[in-house]
Amino acid sequence: MAEQLQKLIEIVAKFLDIVGKRLPDDVMLKLTELRANAGTDLERIIYDSMFDNMEQAIVLNRPICQDTGVISFFVKAGSESKLLPLLKQALIAGVGEATVASPLRHNAVEIFDEKNTGTNIGERIPFISWDIISGTSEVEIVAYMAGGGGSLPGRAITLMPSAGYEGAAKYVLDTMVEFGVNACPPLIVGVGIAGSAEIAALLSKKAILRPLGTHHPNPRGAEFEQLLARGLNDLGVGAQGLPGRTFVMGVHVESAARHPSSLSVGVSVGCWAHRRGTLRLHDDLTSELVSHQGVSQ
Amino acid sequence: MKKILHTPINSADLEGISVGDIVYLTGHIVTCRDVAHRRVVALGQELPYSLAGKAIFHAGPIVEPTPSGYNMVAIGPTTSMRMERFEAEFIAATGVKVVVGKGGMGAKTAVACREFKALHCVFPGGCAVLGATAVEAIEGVEWLDLGMPEAFWIMRVKELGPLIVSIDPQGNNLFETNKALYAERKEMVLSQIAEQVAYIK
Repeated sequence: MAEQLQKLIEIVAKFLDIVGKRLPDDVMLKLTELRANAGTDLERIIYDSMFDNMEQAIVLNRPICQDTGVISFFVKAGSESKLLPLLKQALIAGVGEATVASPLRHNAVEIFDEKNTGTNIGERIPFISWDIISGTSEVEIVAYMAGGGGSLPGRAITLMPSAGYEGAAKYVLDTMVEFGVNACPPLIVGVGIAGSAEIAALLSKKAILRPLGTHHPNPRGAEFEQLLARGLNDLGVGAQGLPGRTFVMGVHVESAARHPSSLSVGVSVGCWAHRRGTLRLHDDLTSELVSHQGVSQ
Repeated sequence: MKKILHTPINSADLEGISVGDIVYLTGHIVTCRDVAHRRVVALGQELPYSLAGKAIFHAGPIVEPTPSGYNMVAIGPTTSMRMERFEAEFIAATGVKVVVGKGGMGAKTAVACREFKALHCVFPGGCAVLGATAVEAIEGVEWLDLGMPEAFWIMRVKELGPLIVSIDPQGNNLFETNKALYAERKEMVLSQIAEQVAYIK
């Protein structure tokens, strides 16, 4: 058991190391396309800096961005997985190990004590969200490094149903123009729609973890995503919030049935350096890095 | 040709620089974020290092200890707007000439840049390895009690950049001007979207 736990901790630490140093395939593909479409000299210089930086990060084996964020895990745990009893402990200890080995910046400040723990481990941090998947022994771990700049625009509100989806759209655009411009565009925007603020907020975070190019399953939901993305890209905001062509790489909506009396909207934002990874883990401790094809673990 | 600013910088060195220009910095720059600003402006604490004619970086780096000191692993900008509350008084109190961060800053900082002839510049966010490779040496650290991201790291840099000028010494403010434009377009976009998302009937 102890040996298995140690192995699992190493897998998690190595996984986080890769997530901090290389962007996932879908984001790389999108950024490459946007770089080719840059409209102004200023935008081109910024995209060139971004790509130089990513190359140097690999050559020098360093995190892409100094803000390696607060680590969040979204776990889909198979009910039959033999690793379940070890998983939480391994995720937390894996963060501690990656903090030293990668290294990651120290980003856990205890509330009220106002002290940085220096380990990236603190009260309820790393944040872990669990889903149980019945009948499988597989575990899928999505790791996300939530940087401070990307977290600052995060907001949620509960609207009256009379505000309608028009009100939801306005809330998203207001948030993006006021705060999104400073959050390192081109951004991935997550929108949660539900009946209370905390459900909408959590769903908005889950929305930015969906791969680019995926859509809401409801045709209206997919339309809403597309209208918001097109609208945001029509504002004339480009890389780093300076004038340009592409403000957002995508808008993703996740939803939950609402109370008849309320319409809550959550907004989360992922910066261009969208450090998200997906690891599939098996009982025999073999694993696949689904999000980063061709990167050896 | 690359426009390179060398510290110590005086007001004459900044003449002719306007918003949207790109400059590079060689010399001394110090990380300075939320709590360091609060200590100087709100708590009236003396800075442990003179910033007159030098630059500050709104940044919380990843730093590695070495046998002889420290090594800069990764350094890039943090959101400058968080320092808006204190920046004007900070510029007045310290004589700092270049403020580097990301995103824009507000009207108070723009007034201080005009009055004291200073710049606010954007270093592309998320480009922390580029930032670190411009650092020749970490010459000291103060206020390490604040933790690695918030401490006051004194660095010698060579051609740190690109730095995009967002507030110039005339007080022009690139982000504020753009924001007004974005807000105007937003109203147009919203009226178009509203017609198509009237799903509650």
